[in-house]
Amino acid sequence: MNTVDTTRARRGRMGRIGTAAGVHAVLLTYTLIAIFPVVIVVLNSFKNRRGIFTEPLALPTAETFSTEGYATVLNQGNFLLYYGNSLIVTIVSLFLILLCGAMAAHALSEYRFKLNTLLGVYLILGIMVPIRLGTVAILQLMVDLSLVNTLVSLILVYTAQGLPVAIFILTEFMRTLSRDIKDCARVDGLSEYRIFFEVVLPLIRPVLATVAVFSMIPIWNDLWFPLILASSDATKTVTLGVQQFIGQYTVNWSAVLASLSIAILPVLVLYAIFSRQLISGITAGAVKG
Amino acid sequence: MTEIVSDATGRKPTTRRRRKTGGITHIVVFLAPAVLIYTVFSIYPLVESLRLSLFAGQPDGSAVWTGLGNYARLLFDANWAVRFWNALWNNLILFFIHMVVQNPLGLLLAALLSLAPRFGGAYRTLIFVPTLLSVVIVGFVWELILSPLWGVAEGMMAAVGLGWLYAPWLGLEGSALTAVSMISVWQYVGIPMMLIYAALLSIPDELLDAARVDGLSGAAIFWKVKLPLILPTLGIVAILTYIGNFTLAFDLIYSIQGVLGPPDYSTDIMGTLMFRTFFGQQTQIGDIYMGATVACMMFFIILIGVGLYLVGVQRRLTRYEM
Repeated sequence: MNTVDTTRARRGRMGRIGTAAGVHAVLLTYTLIAIFPVVIVVLNSFKNRRGIFTEPLALPTAETFSTEGYATVLNQGNFLLYYGNSLIVTIVSLFLILLCGAMAAHALSEYRFKLNTLLGVYLILGIMVPIRLGTVAILQLMVDLSLVNTLVSLILVYTAQGLPVAIFILTEFMRTLSRDIKDCARVDGLSEYRIFFEVVLPLIRPVLATVAVFSMIPIWNDLWFPLILASSDATKTVTLGVQQFIGQYTVNWSAVLASLSIAILPVLVLYAIFSRQLISGITAGAVKG
Repeated sequence: MTEIVSDATGRKPTTRRRRKTGGITHIVVFLAPAVLIYTVFSIYPLVESLRLSLFAGQPDGSAVWTGLGNYARLLFDANWAVRFWNALWNNLILFFIHMVVQNPLGLLLAALLSLAPRFGGAYRTLIFVPTLLSVVIVGFVWELILSPLWGVAEGMMAAVGLGWLYAPWLGLEGSALTAVSMISVWQYVGIPMMLIYAALLSIPDELLDAARVDGLSGAAIFWKVKLPLILPTLGIVAILTYIGNFTLAFDLIYSIQGVLGPPDYSTDIMGTLMFRTFFGQQTQIGDIYMGATVACMMFFIILIGVGLYLVGVQRRLTRYEM
């Protein structure tokens, strides 16, 4: 869009500045709407009760600054444990989604065999059909396998839930990989497994990262399956833990605000680190090969 | 995004064929884990739910075949039908509000971002923040802000002279569903924004240059060149909105309003109805067979929506080679 053309040049300088100001006004307004609620919660979590109610919009001052909410949360809630649970569930599910998804996508994009198309369609059907609709049977299945109130049950469900999108994106991408490099490896006598692990996997690393970030958000934030499959205190995830903690402490505002902040902050830190990856992943289709 | 990805080099007509290799053991090994996990924990439960929905529970715990009896009860039995149609109607309102507020807003933000303003990256990053947060957190944050107890919303509206407009929206029957929908719009507008932004970026510069040389104004270029080119993406956004509306909306309503969809079922949707039917609550004991029936109804409603879209809309969309 850098091309300077005659029409643009003829347009007045003032007009351009006016347009730019309008664009910024809209974007800035919406950006404030987007982050204001987050800011106000984190801000007030560092105040005492009086500060929260008298001046909700003010920064914490020496008078109103307090970390009593955080103290309550850390004493009462089992948040470290919940964090651990969320981390285990998310990381193991991601690992399985990426590994199984990449293997399946490799098979679908690399080899010709009967049922290839059919299996491909079958595997991505899940994009259209939300896994939650099978909840009734999933719970029964987990009871039969005695996996209720274990993290394993969540990991299995999230893996099944994440596979269709992962396979879809990875297959599309793997079809664009050059064939020569794999054929070279075959001539060199590498087995099909070594070709996958040593040649293909390194080539698809950027896309794997995209799929990982994409699949991570719904797993970390899910409330439905932790509530139904693993609501015991030992297996609660952060999302469920915060939800139930707040249910008990509705009158203790500083504790509620602190627990919300505790749940928000790690996500924001992770986002600050990976936002480039995430956004380039979402807009990946725009970069033409 | 699909069509764009598939336009990449791999699909060029080529004489090289996929290599036919000797055994098929490795193909099975590569496919087995994914197919197994997916079949057992995603497809089988769905099929099993379909089966369960054809049975009715007996007081002694056994189940008898009832055919479509559960569906008939859900649709026509006075007690069930009133809840079912109410939940479905609320879902449709939810969908409608997302279509007229969230997606146009996403389009506007994406169009502005695609002009590559200064700090564009910062705007994009910050506007996407709410999408990352757990629905539970979003629900409580807004509940606090809108609460008359804390008075943040009321105070801010009073500051700009709109104080008289304030009402405890989440608690009023007439406005609760709209309030919940707007919270959901606030959270998820980043997704249509990003998808549309990506589509806008993929429009070749030559095309836009040609339009400018032809003397089209910025607005005309947007309406006559860019918008027709991104119609397929808008279609995908619409269908994602439709599906998400039946699944994701549960989390938000459950966290803000609980499982009964208060006040007086005005925010009751298919997700909360399914949860309540399956697990029961104060006045009703859980019934897995009716729960499965509600789930299957959701499945059919999603299928009908997707089917209508594929037949009625997508076939008419013109895809331009870019």
